[in-house]
Amino acid sequence: MIEFKKVSKVYDDFVAVDDLNLKFNDGEFICFIGTSGSGKTTSMRMINRMEEPSSGQILIDNEDIMDKNPVELRRRIGYVIQQIGLMPHMTVYENITLVPKLLKWPEEKKRERAEKLIRRVDLPLEFLDRYPQELSGGQQQRIGVIRALAADQDIILMDEPFGALDPITRDALQELVKHLQSEMGRTVIFVTHDMDEAIKLADRIVIMQKGKVVQFDTPDNILANPANQFVEDFIGEDRLLQARPSLQTVDQIMIKDPVSVTPGKTLQEAIKLMRNRKVDTLYVTDDSGVLKGIVDLEDFDRNRRRATSVGDVMSPEVYFVRTGTLLRDTVQRILKRGFKSIPVVDEKDRLIGLVTRSSLAEIVYDNIWGDMDDAKDIPLETTAVSEDQ
Amino acid sequence: MEITDMSLFNQLIYYFSENGQYVLNQFFRHFLMSIYGVLFAAIIGIPLGFWISRHGKLANWVLGIANVLQTIPSLAMLSILMLGLGLGANTVVATIFLYSLLPILKNTYAGVRSVDENLLDSGKGMGMTRSQVTRMVELPLALSVIMGGIRNALVVGIGIAAIGTFIGAGGLGDIITRGVNATDGGAIILAGAIPTALMAVISDIILGWIEKKLDPTRSTRFSGRKE
Repeated sequence: MIEFKKVSKVYDDFVAVDDLNLKFNDGEFICFIGTSGSGKTTSMRMINRMEEPSSGQILIDNEDIMDKNPVELRRRIGYVIQQIGLMPHMTVYENITLVPKLLKWPEEKKRERAEKLIRRVDLPLEFLDRYPQELSGGQQQRIGVIRALAADQDIILMDEPFGALDPITRDALQELVKHLQSEMGRTVIFVTHDMDEAIKLADRIVIMQKGKVVQFDTPDNILANPANQFVEDFIGEDRLLQARPSLQTVDQIMIKDPVSVTPGKTLQEAIKLMRNRKVDTLYVTDDSGVLKGIVDLEDFDRNRRRATSVGDVMSPEVYFVRTGTLLRDTVQRILKRGFKSIPVVDEKDRLIGLVTRSSLAEIVYDNIWGDMDDAKDIPLETTAVSEDQ
Repeated sequence: MEITDMSLFNQLIYYFSENGQYVLNQFFRHFLMSIYGVLFAAIIGIPLGFWISRHGKLANWVLGIANVLQTIPSLAMLSILMLGLGLGANTVVATIFLYSLLPILKNTYAGVRSVDENLLDSGKGMGMTRSQVTRMVELPLALSVIMGGIRNALVVGIGIAAIGTFIGAGGLGDIITRGVNATDGGAIILAGAIPTALMAVISDIILGWIEKKLDPTRSTRFSGRKE
C-alpha cells in the first residue's frame, strides 16, 4: 500500500505538488494524468525518492520511505521512463538483469529470469545477446518494461512509457502492460497525458492540475461525474459522448457459444460443421476450451491434400480480447486491424464468446440514433454536414 | 668501400646493422618516457575530468589552466621544468604529463557530459549508487571519447620526447641530433626520425582502433542489423 500524507514539493519559487493526500492499494493500476507542469511526474518520482518531498510523508506498507536507504528502496521499485533508458553498452540480457545484478543474484537465477521474461513478451531468446539499438522502438520498450519486473518489484513506476511510440505499437504495449500487471498482481503507478491511455489502463485515475488533485476515482466514475470544468475539458466532449458505449464491456454484446472445433478433428468434420452453422471461420480450442488457433476456408483449400486434421492447418496466431474489456477498445481494434470478428476469452484463455462486426454495428447505430435524438430540431442534412466539418 | 660512397638507403641499413641494439634501446627509452607521461596524466586527468564534469563552473577554470599550459612552446616548457627538476628523463616525463593533461581532461569532460541524462536517471532510478552510476554507466559510455584524448596525448608526447635529448634524456632524439651534428649525417637523422615517426603513427592507429572498439554506439562488434 502506498500512501501520500499531506505531501508537498516546493522548488525555489514554484509549488510543484501541493498537499497531496492519496492512498493506493496493492495490485492497483493507478494513472496520474494532467497537463505538463501539473506535478504528476514529480508526484510519481517522489515514491522512489528521485525527488524528495518538501513536507509531508509518503508511506509504503506503513513505513515512511524517508527512513529507508534510497538505493535499497529503488531496487525494490521498478522504473520505466519515456526515453526507455536501456543502456546502449549492455546487451539486452545485461539490461534486463541489471537490478538482479545490483542485488547480487547468482548467474543461473538471472539467466532463468531473463529467459522467462523475454518469452513472456513474445520476443525470441536470441535477442538476449543483442544490443538495444538493434531493436525497434517497441521492442526496446518491451525490454524496458520487463527490466522493471525482473527483480520481483512489487511497485512499478512508469513515466509516460509509451509516449514516443506509434499508435499501433503503443496499443500492443498497453495490452501487454495491463495483462502483465493483472497477472502478476503488481502495483503500477503510471504517468500519462493521454486520457485514452488512462481510461484503458487504470483502475483509478488521479487527475492533477497545478500541483493539486482535482479528482481521484475510477475511470467510469470520472466519465460519469467529472468533478469540474477542468476535468470535463480534459476528458473532452467526444469522450463524454462516447462514455456510454465505452462503459459497456464485450461480454454484453458478444455472441455466446461460438462455433469451435478441437485440433484432433478431421478436415471433413470441420467443413461439415462450417456448412451446418453457416460460418467460414472456426476457432480451434482444446478439450478444456482454451483458445489455440483459428482456421478458415482458405486454410482448408490450400492444405487439403497434405493435411488430415484441423491442428495441421490452423494458424496459431489469434488476436483476442479478454472478458471485461471495454467495448470502445475492441471497436478500435476491429476497425484498425480489419478483422471480421474477434474472439473473447476468459482469464484462463478459454473461448467464451465472439464479437463480430455486425454486433458492433448495432452499438454504433444506437449511438448515432441517440445523438440524433438530442438534435431532433435540426434537419437531418444539416447534422450530416456539420459532422463532416 | 667507404661509408660515404654508399647510397643514403644503404647507409641507413648499415647504421641499423651496426647499431641495431642501440637504436632499439633508444626506441624503448623514448616510448617509455612518452607512455609514463601520458599514463600519469591519465591517472590524474581522468578522475579530475569526472570531477569537473559535476562542477560546471570549476570546469571552465581547470580547462582554462590546462589550455594555458598547452600554449607554452614545448622547448620552453622543457627548459623551465629543467630549472626545477634538473636534467634527465624525469623532466621529459613531467613535460609530457603537463601536455597530456589538456587532451585527456577535455575529452573526459566532454565524454562524461555527453552521456544521456536519461540513462543516468534510469540508472539511479533502478537503484544504482552514485559510484555504480559512474562505474557502470558513465565510464563505459565515455570511455571511447577518453581514449581519443589519450591517443592525442600519446602522439603529442612522442613528439615532445624527441626533443628531450636537449636536456640529456636520451631517446631517439639523441640519434637525430647526432646526425644533425655530423657531416653528411643524413642517414643517421633518418635512423632516428623514421622510428620516431613510425612509433607515432602506429600508436595512433592502435589507439584509434581501441577507441572505435570501445564506442558503444558504433556497432562494429555487433553482428546483427541496425534499425
